[in-house]
Amino acid sequence: MISTTGKSAKELLAYYQAKLDEEAREAKAQGKLVCWSASVAPPELCVAMDIAMVYPETHAAGIGARKGALDMLEVADRHGYSVDCCSYGRVNIGYMELLKEEALTGQTPEALAKSPAARIPLPDLIITCNNICNTLLKWYENLAVELNIPCIVIDVPFNHTMPVPEYAKEYIADEFRHAISQLEVICGRPFDYNKFREVRHQTQRSIAQWNRIAAMSRYKPSPLNGFDLFNYMALVVCARSRDYAEITFKKFADELEEKLKKGQFAFKGAEKNRITWEGIAVWPYLGQTFKTLKAQGTIMTGSAYPNMWDLSYDADDESLHSMAEAYTRTYINTCLENKVSTLLNIMENGQCDGVVYHLNRSCKLMSFLNVETAELIQEKNGLPYVSFDGDQTDPRNFAPAQYDTRVQTLSEMMEQSTGTES
Amino acid sequence: MYALGVDVGSASSKAVILDRNRKIVAAEVVQAGTGTTGPRRVMEQIFSKTGLHREDIVKLVATGYGRMRFEGADRQFSEISCHARGVHYLVPEARTILDIGGQDAKAIRLGNGGEVKQFFMNDKCAAGTGRFLEVMARVLETDLERMAALDTAADSPVSISSTCTVFAESEVISQLSHGASRENIIAGVHNSVAAKACGLVGRCGVEGTVVMTGGVAQNAGVVRAVSRELNREILVAPNPQTAGALGAALYAWDDARRERGDETG
Repeated sequence: MISTTGKSAKELLAYYQAKLDEEAREAKAQGKLVCWSASVAPPELCVAMDIAMVYPETHAAGIGARKGALDMLEVADRHGYSVDCCSYGRVNIGYMELLKEEALTGQTPEALAKSPAARIPLPDLIITCNNICNTLLKWYENLAVELNIPCIVIDVPFNHTMPVPEYAKEYIADEFRHAISQLEVICGRPFDYNKFREVRHQTQRSIAQWNRIAAMSRYKPSPLNGFDLFNYMALVVCARSRDYAEITFKKFADELEEKLKKGQFAFKGAEKNRITWEGIAVWPYLGQTFKTLKAQGTIMTGSAYPNMWDLSYDADDESLHSMAEAYTRTYINTCLENKVSTLLNIMENGQCDGVVYHLNRSCKLMSFLNVETAELIQEKNGLPYVSFDGDQTDPRNFAPAQYDTRVQTLSEMMEQSTGTES
Repeated sequence: MYALGVDVGSASSKAVILDRNRKIVAAEVVQAGTGTTGPRRVMEQIFSKTGLHREDIVKLVATGYGRMRFEGADRQFSEISCHARGVHYLVPEARTILDIGGQDAKAIRLGNGGEVKQFFMNDKCAAGTGRFLEVMARVLETDLERMAALDTAADSPVSISSTCTVFAESEVISQLSHGASRENIIAGVHNSVAAKACGLVGRCGVEGTVVMTGGVAQNAGVVRAVSRELNREILVAPNPQTAGALGAALYAWDDARRERGDETG
């Protein structure tokens, strides 16, 4: 572990994000393998083989947050991808097409040159997993065909009942083993099982620190602004199998504990009510969506989205059943009943007074169940909710004024029920 | 003591003044919304009608799409809360509100005290809103005021999509080119607005007396279509376009009373 002395968690976050991108570019320059990976696919396998990792979903979110998504979406539009497809996929495919054009012609396309996001190299292989959606299968298969590179698929069955049945864990563990054999062929050397065990332990240390951060929102008032999780998420996605995530998250959790001790809270004295945010962030409008809530004194203290990376498992379990269970129990890979109970727990832990549901045009899996989820949750806890139309990275699918009205009304409804009206 | 509520919508600006007894002194509408001269004009109009001045107003609350850009407001409230308050004042037994404005349609379920229990709004699409009717009126070479009367002459309303304003417009053009009568198309347009709006009401759960507000409530054709769709009687709030501004004025009145520290100001 490097010394963290003198660096704040925020500085560490920026430092390691840049370092990961730099490592990927260096790996490419040195002829080492670069892998593009789905965000909740297990990185443990590739990291054990020293493969540099790049995460298209995080990269697309970064492009969106830096207001660069439209350029990439237009490239995807021109290649015939429907606007009904996931915008992470379209941004990434647009970006890939530009990288490919550059590689084939030696000329850097203008949209690529002026893209505000970090430059990433083209992959030599890709790994995907359908534990968060099935779009990731077609998206990655498409990348593999366009780039003529190997595609490793970790197939994870949907959990129509919970808890996860043993046969499902066995099947997924077999999928891991199959991926290992594919990696041996791609890398041309035997799989490093010792490093794999170390990486699993590292992953668990990172996740333990991530969970320390998330747990800070249980305090009222909260020292943690839930929207910060959306930023720190970049490392739980891209570096959970590295110590970069552990170091940064530990620092952030320590900072939050210190704030709590000193009585310093995220909204200072202005926290009036607390919400659960259900769904992916609206990256192109991250500031707007946050500021509107903050203006009402509404803090986000619960979200199942960052919690998707609570991938705790027994790192010593060589059968890999425990790891398999962690990668399949992700709440959007489970039945409605489990989704509802996950959200109810999150609301209870965050002492939330209401819910904001993001009806995300891109993420059908998370959004289509929201109407039913909202009704079931309100039946159980009676708390008010609102939903708004939006999109994770396509700015054309979000209307700020509509969001503002809904959020302000929710705040007024919460004040009505908690009696906090000023 | 006077309290003023202003509702700066997307298509019109509305203002209501209440006196110390919470009685409506004046209610004004200017058919120009946020970003236009509408908000300024509606203020000038209401002051000129009443002979009051800004200094006479103890508290001013703004609502509507342009509430944050309206200068001089003491507070802003969402139009949902304001419509709820306004309707509860006008029709205390109301438990369901359907408000159709220029670019929003919303269904609101009220509690016994007039508080918002639940609400749903249209998605990011103008279908089923006032703007939708404006677009259709233009294609049909009529105006909003005449649509309700033309609707009564329909004998076989055509079916118009409620999914998207642009698609619906092309459907109307196609119906016109196939010789459908303007009356039947207008009735179809009204049914389309009602179907979309009643979808929101359905999600909210229809309870008790249903009241319509907003500019579109002035169109009797839409009100009839909503009544058919919900299979129940619909009350139109008195002066339905100003219900939101009235709610804002009621919030302002509360604030004024709180500031003055007594019931009568």
